[in-house]
Amino acid sequence: MRIILDRAKCTGIGICEALAPTVFEVDDNGELVVLSAEVPEDARNEVAEAVEGCPTMALRLRS
Amino acid sequence: MSTATVRTGPGSLVVVGASLAGLRAVEAARKTGFAGRITLIGDEPHLPYDRPPLSKELLAPGGPTDPVTLRSRAELVDELGVELLLGAPATGLDPDAGVVHAGGEDVAYDALVVATGAAARGLPGTEGLAGVHVLRTLDDARAVRRALDEGARTVVVGAGFIGSEVASAARKRGSPVTIVEALPAPLVRSVGSDLGAALALLHTRNGTALRCGQAVAALEGTGRVEGVRLADDTVIEADLVVVGIGAVPRTDWLAGSGLPVDDGVVCDEFLRAGAPGVYAAGDVVRWHNPLFDRSMRVEHWSSAAEQGARAARNAVSPADAQPYATVPYFWSDWYGSRVQFAGVATHDGYEIVSGDPAGDHFVALYREGDRLTGVLTLNGQRHVMKYRRLIAQRARFDEAIAFARTSAPTRPASTAS
Repeated sequence: MRIILDRAKCTGIGICEALAPTVFEVDDNGELVVLSAEVPEDARNEVAEAVEGCPTMALRLRS
Repeated sequence: MSTATVRTGPGSLVVVGASLAGLRAVEAARKTGFAGRITLIGDEPHLPYDRPPLSKELLAPGGPTDPVTLRSRAELVDELGVELLLGAPATGLDPDAGVVHAGGEDVAYDALVVATGAAARGLPGTEGLAGVHVLRTLDDARAVRRALDEGARTVVVGAGFIGSEVASAARKRGSPVTIVEALPAPLVRSVGSDLGAALALLHTRNGTALRCGQAVAALEGTGRVEGVRLADDTVIEADLVVVGIGAVPRTDWLAGSGLPVDDGVVCDEFLRAGAPGVYAAGDVVRWHNPLFDRSMRVEHWSSAAEQGARAARNAVSPADAQPYATVPYFWSDWYGSRVQFAGVATHDGYEIVSGDPAGDHFVALYREGDRLTGVLTLNGQRHVMKYRRLIAQRARFDEAIAFARTSAPTRPASTAS
């Protein structure tokens, strides 16, 4: 599973980082950094929650 | 993942309130495998839409005028099997009969999630005066946007977050704007007086006049607003007045239901409202947050989303009910800067661990006793969620300070170029 980030939609609110901190991190400029484009096996549930929980619907998963 | 087990649960779920909390409630119910009837009742005629953009993108010059619809009708009706009852304000609840009255209909439920949100508080006596708005709904946002696009001279009543976003939108157009705040300093309750004053510097730096310690005596004009008269008798000319003085939970319709109401529907940590099968979520709920061991009502996006989902899961699978604990979190966009806050602003003191409150970037940590309880950042996007995690872990304040010292220093916040 890969994480697809739509930069045009993302506003760096950080809900994803709160849910899956090993995979998402917002940087100093408010830009989201996806630390691991491939979803780590041990973070599948958190990443799924982050994708669903994104306020701007900027995240998708692609198998 | 639990396998489906046969348990006697509710056969029908009714969700009153078709905004974020209500939407997340119906989604979560289906996700848990609930196969019964679901009805989503909303007072607005619109499909569930996202509210944060109403005071942000929807007010921006040249920005969108249509809201972000969170789910399409087809997704709700065909995929989730939800019966929609929109444009149908709820008018009553009979918990003994298990019936909600809404839009002239009686809707029976086995499980109920109350998610009717909060209504913006208006200025008494200004009803019917054109050019005076609160900002809560899509229709409010469109009206404010039209006035801003016409270059309205703007007065914002209340120096809170939504009002500050309106002021930002006016200044983006170069329009004159004044914020009038009754208290001596802005945002005292949300972030404390020192840091409220620090955030207020953004207004003055961006050309917004800020008048604190000034009550509004009256609005001038007949039929249409022409100005705002302050307690000291000065009059600020205005074509647009936006009132941002807080919101009140929408519990009127519950009168006579016997549900406990005290600035919100009072719930326990499971979001149970005290009548069989009745739960509450979102801005309308005052619940016991185990993480801070206190009763809270918050009006934030993330708690509305999470509470909606949690309340519905608990409602359809009461045997597996889980408490809802959270570190409240919100964000606000002012003049191209981002303000973020997580936790609770306590009065035992705070410490700046990065940047300068007089500048374009800072990170402030709040303490209660020896515990870290809050974090406020200005252009500190990299920091806020890390401290939010520490707050959730009940970290001590000195642990948070030690963490701040070891984490890499922030380079100066970039200026717009």
